[in-house]
Amino acid sequence: MKNKILDISSLDRALLDQLDTYIKNLEGDNEENLIHVLHRAQALFGHLPHNLQLYVARALNLSGAKVNGVVTFYSFFNEEPTGKYVVSVCMGTACFVKGADKVLQKILDIIGTKKNEMSADGLFTVKDVRCIGACGLAPVVTINDKVYGKVQVNDVETLIGRYKGGQSA
Amino acid sequence: MNDLKAYLEKRDALRAKTVPRLTLFCCGGTSCLSSASDVIIELLRGKVEAHGLEADIDVKQVGCLRLCGEGPLIFVEPDDITYVQVQVEDVDDIFTQHILNKQTVERLLVTEPDGSWVSSYREMPFYKTQHRIALRNCGEIDPRDIGAYIARDGYHALALCLLEQTPEQVIETIKQSGLRGRGGGGFPTGLKWAYTAAVKSEEKYVICNADEGDPGAFMDRSIIEGDPHSLVEAMTIAAYAIGAKQGYIYIRAEYAISIEPLKLALDKAREHGFLGDNIFGTTFCFDIDIKLGAGAFVCGEETALIRSMEGHRGEPDKKPPFPSESGFRDKPTSVNNVETFVNVPAIILNGAAWFASYGTEKSKGTKVFALAGNIKNIGLVEVPMGTTFNEIIYEIGGGHPEGKEIKGVQIGGPSGGVITRDYFDTPIDYDSLTAIGAMMGSGGMIVMDEDTDMVEIAKFYLDFTQEESCGKCTPCRIGTKRLFEILERLTSMQGEPSDLDKLETLARNIQAASLCGLGQSAPNPVLSTMKYFREEYEAYAYRTKKTKYTIDPKKCIGCTKCARVCPVACIRGVVREVHIVEEAECIACGACYDACPVDAVLRP
Repeated sequence: MKNKILDISSLDRALLDQLDTYIKNLEGDNEENLIHVLHRAQALFGHLPHNLQLYVARALNLSGAKVNGVVTFYSFFNEEPTGKYVVSVCMGTACFVKGADKVLQKILDIIGTKKNEMSADGLFTVKDVRCIGACGLAPVVTINDKVYGKVQVNDVETLIGRYKGGQSA
Repeated sequence: MNDLKAYLEKRDALRAKTVPRLTLFCCGGTSCLSSASDVIIELLRGKVEAHGLEADIDVKQVGCLRLCGEGPLIFVEPDDITYVQVQVEDVDDIFTQHILNKQTVERLLVTEPDGSWVSSYREMPFYKTQHRIALRNCGEIDPRDIGAYIARDGYHALALCLLEQTPEQVIETIKQSGLRGRGGGGFPTGLKWAYTAAVKSEEKYVICNADEGDPGAFMDRSIIEGDPHSLVEAMTIAAYAIGAKQGYIYIRAEYAISIEPLKLALDKAREHGFLGDNIFGTTFCFDIDIKLGAGAFVCGEETALIRSMEGHRGEPDKKPPFPSESGFRDKPTSVNNVETFVNVPAIILNGAAWFASYGTEKSKGTKVFALAGNIKNIGLVEVPMGTTFNEIIYEIGGGHPEGKEIKGVQIGGPSGGVITRDYFDTPIDYDSLTAIGAMMGSGGMIVMDEDTDMVEIAKFYLDFTQEESCGKCTPCRIGTKRLFEILERLTSMQGEPSDLDKLETLARNIQAASLCGLGQSAPNPVLSTMKYFREEYEAYAYRTKKTKYTIDPKKCIGCTKCARVCPVACIRGVVREVHIVEEAECIACGACYDACPVDAVLRP
């Protein structure tokens, strides 16, 4: 990847400037800062496409392979774009024994997409996530930052319906 | 504050400043916040202001009040009233009826099965039998208020250590207390500190493992959100004991809302001189930074955590060398988890003998369990080591919410195992759990009822471990995947009797040959369920497992309730005659089972 010309035409310049400022103000070792920089980059761009990974690699003087290795290791980082609403179904044990798998299936059926794939209209990405530590509310579904507790299969239609218009509920 | 006297004066001044007044302790734990407790708090504060009652009434947002399943919770003191499941619509009643007219809002109390009300948490069995050391400040103070922490003896232990004790004395106290690591294997904390202290190095590190990755465990998160200063104080004590100048808290990125209160606590501690240069006027300097994880279960393993902090893929290293010799940046490092740390100030203040008076011979103190699953009282439970499963499940947990039979308990997350009713009188400590094929882990306790399919549970955990395997060593990377595939084959009725032997052999091999503790313990859920629920595996392997619901003709009274709720209309029969399930069409949803008034429907 080293000789490949970095094509950043698809990336928003203003966001890249923000990322540059963030990187410039970091102290300490570049490698140690990598995960924090990737968190920042994903917060700005929503996901981490290959050219953005390479951009980060160049900025921190690391190899593209190194950055890609880290991105693909951690489940928090996405290489693919995500929908406007990220629907996360908690698959912690407490949620699982209360039927989270059935809730997940119902959500996928209603939206008509597969796990971890953005829906055709760009509105939804449905994921199963690790325990989010709200076991008292099991089963738990989060849509972006909003947490919905004690979600039953029968509630799913109404819940997703509230987001289907594209306006946040 | 350069001497103990100055600290004590400051503490006493803060205590004197707190005027006793009507206080609403509103739970700001994750579960309650998700149920809009923040909105409730805002509304209550707005009403108090609108009536000009700020001087008389304090609406406090505190950390987890522990009975998460009944949230949002509000404790009113000194009235000794506990409100549960408070909704935004209830704010008016609480304010007008309770605060203005001094009348309890009875409908928001806990209702007993006989219709009577329990007005205070102090009378509830869930709270009565608990004993709090690690959670001592959780729910008692506003975590954003360092003054409230100091007023409760906060940073007193740090002052004692720095001003009156040598690092060796501190380590000796922790050793004597018998404190063991609360995050997994249960390694003696004092010993870990002593090893790290013994290595000569200019640079050393104290790391807090806040990568609470076990599904079903949320005690560390509750501590960080409810009592962050205890963690800061404990880490500073640890740094003094081992000779470190820098500490890090490695926290899951998923815990975004825990990070803000933690940052605030660090800032406040620096402002007050509890972190930074020349703490308490001594030559001791120490500071703490936050490092974000990015979602990898294996990073709960200390060597993997260190790799991740260095900016690498979180793959574990072989031990030895242990982190106490060569850890973060190849320097001596002590890694302890959140719950372990917060016991430290209490031990320093009350003495090793006090701490060791709780618990069993080899497991001292208390343990926090996150009780969840098919249980009436869901929440955080802190009890002395040696408490039995029976006490936790039936006395504190209140048994099954619908009175069904409890079949087993999963303890220790993906590294732990399932324990059956036969072992419910086991006193819980590190060694007794290992002896029965489970482990303490971080203390997630998931109660499972008679409807739970144990092979599915094992499959659930293996799905987790095979996905989370870091891939560095073959037995874990490939072995867990193959274990999962066999389980999948069994549960989809494609299995063979020989699969049972294959499962067992493979599981033993993974245990023996994996590099890190997580790989070695990954097969535990399979082995423990195979040991205790072998007949469930056999039903799949010999394909005798019933997958559809049936109706017992001797019990059926022909009420038609089942036929009416069946979503695929596969139950035939007329009124007052025996009904039959057309098994070919049954989707095994269980609606008929729940609808039958005479228990005539038989589960698969």
